[in-house]
Amino acid sequence: MAGPTDDPEPLLKLESISKRYGATLALDNASFDLRAGEVHALMGENGAGKSTLMKVLAGNITRDSGRILMDGKEIEIRSARDARAHGIAIIHQELNTVPQMTVAENLSLGQEPVTGLRMLDRRAMLDSAREKLATTGSDIDPRKPLGSLSVGRQQMVEIARAIGENARVLVLDEPTAALSRAEAEQLYTLIAKMRAEGVGLVYISHRMEEVWRLADRVTVFRDGCFVGTNRMKDTSPQEVVRMMVGRSVGHLYEHPDRNPGKSVLSVRDLSGDGVEGPISFDVHAGEVVAMAGLVGAGRTEVARLIFGAGRRTNGTVFVNGRASEPADPSDAIADGIGMLPEDRKIQGLFLDHTVAANISISSLLQFVRAGVLREKLEREAVEQEMKRLNLRSNAIRLPVKALSGGNQQKAAVARWLLRDSDVLIMDEPTRGVDIGAKREIYEMIQELAEAGKAILVISSDLPEAIGISDRVLVMRHGRIVHEMSSACATEQDVMFHATGTAAQDAPAGEEVLQ
Amino acid sequence: MNQKDETVRRQPLQMEKEPFDFARWWDRVGILIVLLALVAFMSIFAPNFARVDNLFNIARSISVNAILAAGMTFVILTKGIDLSVGSTVAVSGVVAVLAAIAGVPAPIAILSGMLVGAACGIVNGALVAYMGLAPFIVTLGLMTFLRGLAYTMTEGQPIVSSSLNFKAFGSGYIADVPIPVITMIVVYIIAWFVLERTRFGRHIYAVGGNEEAAELAGVRVKRILTAVYVIAGLCAGLAGVIFAARVISAQPTAGTGYELDAIAAVVLGGTSLSGGRGRIIGTLIGAVILGVLSTGLILMDVPSSPSF
Repeated sequence: MAGPTDDPEPLLKLESISKRYGATLALDNASFDLRAGEVHALMGENGAGKSTLMKVLAGNITRDSGRILMDGKEIEIRSARDARAHGIAIIHQELNTVPQMTVAENLSLGQEPVTGLRMLDRRAMLDSAREKLATTGSDIDPRKPLGSLSVGRQQMVEIARAIGENARVLVLDEPTAALSRAEAEQLYTLIAKMRAEGVGLVYISHRMEEVWRLADRVTVFRDGCFVGTNRMKDTSPQEVVRMMVGRSVGHLYEHPDRNPGKSVLSVRDLSGDGVEGPISFDVHAGEVVAMAGLVGAGRTEVARLIFGAGRRTNGTVFVNGRASEPADPSDAIADGIGMLPEDRKIQGLFLDHTVAANISISSLLQFVRAGVLREKLEREAVEQEMKRLNLRSNAIRLPVKALSGGNQQKAAVARWLLRDSDVLIMDEPTRGVDIGAKREIYEMIQELAEAGKAILVISSDLPEAIGISDRVLVMRHGRIVHEMSSACATEQDVMFHATGTAAQDAPAGEEVLQ
Repeated sequence: MNQKDETVRRQPLQMEKEPFDFARWWDRVGILIVLLALVAFMSIFAPNFARVDNLFNIARSISVNAILAAGMTFVILTKGIDLSVGSTVAVSGVVAVLAAIAGVPAPIAILSGMLVGAACGIVNGALVAYMGLAPFIVTLGLMTFLRGLAYTMTEGQPIVSSSLNFKAFGSGYIADVPIPVITMIVVYIIAWFVLERTRFGRHIYAVGGNEEAAELAGVRVKRILTAVYVIAGLCAGLAGVIFAARVISAQPTAGTGYELDAIAAVVLGGTSLSGGRGRIIGTLIGAVILGVLSTGLILMDVPSSPSF
């Protein structure tokens, strides 16, 4: 690694930054420094202060105290414009672009070239767009509307914009959260290139293997406080996790041996929307089965077919021996199937509605007496499920959007706990969730397995897929290509079957955490 | 995983103790305060405003719009809109009057008008829910069609029937309270019960809050969508019958523009046009404010053209 030398002058230094929101100290004397030509990972649970610090840097909020130095000189950042003038660019999780406009228009947003007559100079706009895109090594057509590109490619456009503005500091906030594997690889290459060119990169991510692959140093925040900065070679994933949660978390995926009983969910020769098939598998009582595969392999589509949210062309699904042929999810739920969808904000939750309404929506019949919905019964039942997941009961009347990501996901899980389905399909149950909530969701999965439920977990997080399950089904191109016992499975095995290539071709970054 | 207490750190919840939030408080009771201020203002400055008979008159004049707005609330809660209710008022009134003239007993005539409204709702609902068409387009189309139908059925002229058997439905009293006001109150009690105290009501909010999530949570979205347009149609049919009874005739122009008054009442009452949020009681207050404003301005002798 052509890493940074031992003690060069930092490119950017944040010194004892504090920020208070009402009674909450969002940042307490936080410090951070970034050298030119390094990738500096920033980690911490949701709410640890990473985003607040980056907002200070971006000029979105002003700090209460502290100093920002660039090249050793103090600078003032009061607005996004200031940040840009100092060469600081931030790629947010939610992209700051206009999807209806073309790529070229987005790239020149705010600094459109004009001709002598103050008319838009479209040719110059296109040329400069091509030039900027070329630096990222991508083949995006600048005349296409931005919204027609995949999220990964839209992100490339944002990065191209930052490079085009000669950014010296680039902050990437969970950039791979929505990317396919191939897109992520492209991003990694681009990051390596920018690093070599002397750009300082701040990389915020929950994904340990990614951080280990990319970063030179890692800084951990917890509850708004700076915990520590370490060079990657001097630390370990276990230690970083310990820093993040304040104590050792032991082995995240550890669970007692399970003794699966009879088959609860039987899928036979299933095919339909987005699933070539035929798909056949079983999930037994008290068993956790993981479904692994690349993005686009058809895992979510299989779940939707079982759940009545997609059109079946062939095959049968049995729940406890009875055929389940749902016309819509409502039928599937009546047959004893529950599904936690992949995207909690778009498919799972009613963000404006209360936590109680979100949890009870699939179980309302339980609380109806003589046609009247009894709110007291509902509240008691909801509170009980919230308690099981460590959600404080005074949140029951809050809109669910007021909760952190981890707690939102727990509310989504609680809906199915309350419904008490025999089969629970969980699509990416811990995506974008911090370690504390992750752990609680894993414990809940174990508890459900002990209660004899059949659980199917779809996960792109390989250590998780293998760690929490009894068996792993690997999908590729709409088919199940391999099945293995989790006790003997390794990430390389899974990748081998998921990609259909030789094991040694699997990306090296996947091997780190274990 | 069993050493829970050692390993799990409690998630801090945002919004520990809520400080007094004026915006949220105003959201809930602001509209009521506006109404009270308006009534106080009118009582002082509009002659005869606060007399009991005048207040009942206002209530009666509000009732048609308030009933339309009650149905409209259901539709808007699902993120929809129903522009056809004004024309439905005309068609259902025409049907009820023609039925009465043909010798049908009063309750059946009233019911026939309501059923016509419900039928219009089924058309809207089916096109929106099962064909996936935009509510604005569908109901705009039906609005034009129904208006044309009303003109065709009446041949363009009002059909006056001075011996109309259900005219008490528009102008009668029970214990000094105008019957349309009683009808309106019954409609609102039912609407409140359905929205706040039934599973169906929760499903309406769910569909409006997030249609995809509702579907995946087991809500039969298409049925709910159809049902809300039927409810809006039923309310429009009822309003049409009341209107016809009040003017003792079938008017092809009845209810022109009423859809906008109904939407105004709903929105004024705090229901979000983007769905999933709002209360039926807000709609009633919204309708009352609109009614008090227009009656009060008349009493204050503000000429009607500048009073919009």
